[in-house]
Amino acid sequence: MQLTLWTYEGPPHVGAMRIATSMRDVHYVLHAPQGDTYADLLFTMIERRDRRPPVTYTTFQARDLGGSTADLVTTTLRDAYERFRPQAMLVGESCTAELIQDQPGALALGMDLPVPVIPLELPSYSKKENWGASETFYHLVRGLLAGAAPEPGYQRPVRPQGQPPLANILGPSALGFRCRDDVQEIKRLLSSLGVDVNVVAPESASPADLLRLPVADFNICLYPEIARTTCAWLARTFAQPTVTTVPIGVGATRDFLFEVGEVSGVDVSQVLDGEGSRLPWYSRSVDSTYLTGKRVFIFGDASHALAAARIANEELGFNVVGLGSYSRESAREVRAAATQLGIEALITDDYLAVEQQVEALQPELVLGTQMERHIAKRLGLPCAVISAPFHVQDCPARYSPQMGFEGANVIFDGWVHPLMMGLEEHLLNMFRGDFEFHEDAAPSHLNNGLERPAAPAQLEEQTADVPVPGEPCWAPEASTELHKIPFFVRGKARRNTERYAAERGLATITIETLYDAKAHFGR
Amino acid sequence: MSLPAAVPMTVHARGCNELPVLRERGQREVFCGLTGIVWLHRKIQDAFFLVVGSRTCAHLLQSAAGVMIFAEPRFATAILQERDLAGLADCNEELDRIVHELLARRPEIATLFLVGSCPSEVIKLDLGKAAERLSQAHRGRVRVLNYSGSGIETTFTQGEDNCLKALVEELPTAEPTMRSLLVLGTLADVVEDQFARMFQQLGIQSVQFLPPRQAGDLPAVGQGTLILPAQPFLGETVRALIGRGARLIEAPYPLGAEGTFAWIQAAAQAFGVTDERLRLATARPMERARSALARFRDTLAGKRISFLPDSQLEIPLARFLQRECGMQPVEVGTPFFDRQLLAGELPLLPDNLRLSEGQDVDLQLDRVRSDRPDLTVCGLGLANPLEAEGLRTKWSIELVFSPIHGFDQAADLAELFARPLVRCERLAV
Repeated sequence: MQLTLWTYEGPPHVGAMRIATSMRDVHYVLHAPQGDTYADLLFTMIERRDRRPPVTYTTFQARDLGGSTADLVTTTLRDAYERFRPQAMLVGESCTAELIQDQPGALALGMDLPVPVIPLELPSYSKKENWGASETFYHLVRGLLAGAAPEPGYQRPVRPQGQPPLANILGPSALGFRCRDDVQEIKRLLSSLGVDVNVVAPESASPADLLRLPVADFNICLYPEIARTTCAWLARTFAQPTVTTVPIGVGATRDFLFEVGEVSGVDVSQVLDGEGSRLPWYSRSVDSTYLTGKRVFIFGDASHALAAARIANEELGFNVVGLGSYSRESAREVRAAATQLGIEALITDDYLAVEQQVEALQPELVLGTQMERHIAKRLGLPCAVISAPFHVQDCPARYSPQMGFEGANVIFDGWVHPLMMGLEEHLLNMFRGDFEFHEDAAPSHLNNGLERPAAPAQLEEQTADVPVPGEPCWAPEASTELHKIPFFVRGKARRNTERYAAERGLATITIETLYDAKAHFGR
Repeated sequence: MSLPAAVPMTVHARGCNELPVLRERGQREVFCGLTGIVWLHRKIQDAFFLVVGSRTCAHLLQSAAGVMIFAEPRFATAILQERDLAGLADCNEELDRIVHELLARRPEIATLFLVGSCPSEVIKLDLGKAAERLSQAHRGRVRVLNYSGSGIETTFTQGEDNCLKALVEELPTAEPTMRSLLVLGTLADVVEDQFARMFQQLGIQSVQFLPPRQAGDLPAVGQGTLILPAQPFLGETVRALIGRGARLIEAPYPLGAEGTFAWIQAAAQAFGVTDERLRLATARPMERARSALARFRDTLAGKRISFLPDSQLEIPLARFLQRECGMQPVEVGTPFFDRQLLAGELPLLPDNLRLSEGQDVDLQLDRVRSDRPDLTVCGLGLANPLEAEGLRTKWSIELVFSPIHGFDQAADLAELFARPLVRCERLAV
């Protein structure tokens, strides 16, 4: 058992729902008790989808358990087929149905429904939402295309001269972060290269579209959490190479263009030399100097967290002080990236562990999911959302991709906006304790007249100056001096000074000790 | 229930069983009983709700309210994992470990509810035994209770019913001669205070509320206890209280001016309060409620409304909207039809009401599309799709999360239904 307050990912059948809801002409019959229908609102409320997810639930109840819940499955399947007439059906079960072992997939296959039926086995007690989405997409593509697979050792014919390269864009899905706009941005980029798009899937695709996947020259794995497995199968089966760079950030977008050029043989130099993003200039602009070394904490799904770490480090000049992900499937990549940054990755799906680390690190900016927004709000820290799971407010009406050059512009604005502006921060540091410029004041362009909730400084005050036996004690004037240090580094200054004093066996921390420690730990 | 002539309402001479009910069994689009935790943990301020379930349960709880509450909430899920099912780890030992961990972290918790879920029931994890064991282990520190909020046993508001029923077993026994009024069902604190003042003015001495604000403040129950349910979904709790000697006061529910009056009047009569005293206490708030309601009558009168089954409040709400706001109920769907608890409402319903129990959501939506009501009350999963089809909707969950009971909330309740219609009028895009 695992004690959980909030969960980053839903169960795997919600992942399957994301694939079904992304697509057209697919219907998912889910063997599940009443109550599991709550998942519909994720799509209709968070993403404001204007149609019900194409999911029919058996909604069995306790009184059905004695009788035949299996009959309920077949009746539901038949009714759902008659009513919705999909091109293909997905059949699966939620956590409770898994326990009663009705095998809805096998039942469906035995029914001779006139459309392809894809049975899904998504173990609810060991796997989670993104894995479920990935498996569902893979089984759907494989189920529809396995019959069309060429002999092993198949070589793709060379593309005729003058015919533009053809790409599939794979991975965008319902409840993915900013997928709608990312797809548009990537299509625009590809078009500027002279690459045509064959199929975008799962978002907006029908099973008939999936049958056309092998026509493309290559696949773009835009969201590895959803499409990595499918892309690997397509590469093995149809000899389609995969573009794997996730184009979030200026550097990654350039790498992506380069990789598309490699895979498709088109000349990308003109686009690489073109106008690109405004991020590099904005970041070099002198007013961005204040961004230098901002301490940032990053947490999200693996691809968004990795991309954010690169942007923060290379493109905005932040210091990444924490990097983590709830995607255990990609733990290795995240750990490697963290090591590169000289930190240790936090791989967890425990919200409390993330909160604990944010509290300990006291970053100046939190980049995370909806959960980290909560954490940051509680701790009074600036925050921007960079990854699913997200709230309705992170599904904006305006065009706001994360990918491509426009995505980099959006990211620059989105991450810088929550921060204190440069000169304002200087004034705060210089006149700290001033009645208007004080640590509990929000950035003036964000101040809505509300007091910040439980700022870390206030939490800290409560424990300040309470002598702990056997540990160095703060002299009153040193304690006063400590409070002149900006609140967001004060915790660290306190810990460093105490460590410095303890290591030297000092009983009392004076102003001198404080500055000695600063010089000792300062780089 | 027979209402005296002083009450201005028409009573249809009709037995409860005459009302035809359309019963459907198909896909139900309702929450399970776990959802009640979202408001129960706000109401009972020293209680913690630990769901023993799956990731789905945890996901439901954080999604159901539409938003997540910022601070560390007083509910959590002990998520069953593969090894718990494979018997590698003894589920009970695991549960004990989690509870110890939780109580160490949250020393302020005085009552812990272990809440059963679909998976915990299917694997027959005995939470009753677990609660007994943990109560022993933490004696003097915390009381551990259990109830089921599972989807295979409960819909939406039945979770509260099961929770309160679990509390009934804990209630101290009152002296048989001790007459008291027990108001049943979660109410906003402000509403509870209004009702407490009202009963005080009527001279009803002992008035208690279940659930209490602190789980330790449990009312005593006995043969002198009269139960006045404020919510129509607490049948099991009512029957458990009756089992302990209490008697049920039959009344409509305190929604709207008329409903609130009839509800208070029923209590007054049971306690022998004079008509004069009742009139004195209720005249002003009644008048205030009526004039506040009048503002919404223009918007609502003549409008057609359908209810999809959800909170079990559908029948009293339809009665209020029809009788006090002039709306025309087209279809009133309810998850289940508890005749004992609705006995006070049924005589007030129109003869031609289409009442449905249970659900087959696709068939029901077909009826909504063919009826094209001016307003459809439904769950969050259905609202936007219906809006996209040009049908105005009202989220039913808002009716459970808002103070809607009593005289001074009658107009607020009407406003909840008027708002989508007013908004539709205003928008020119």
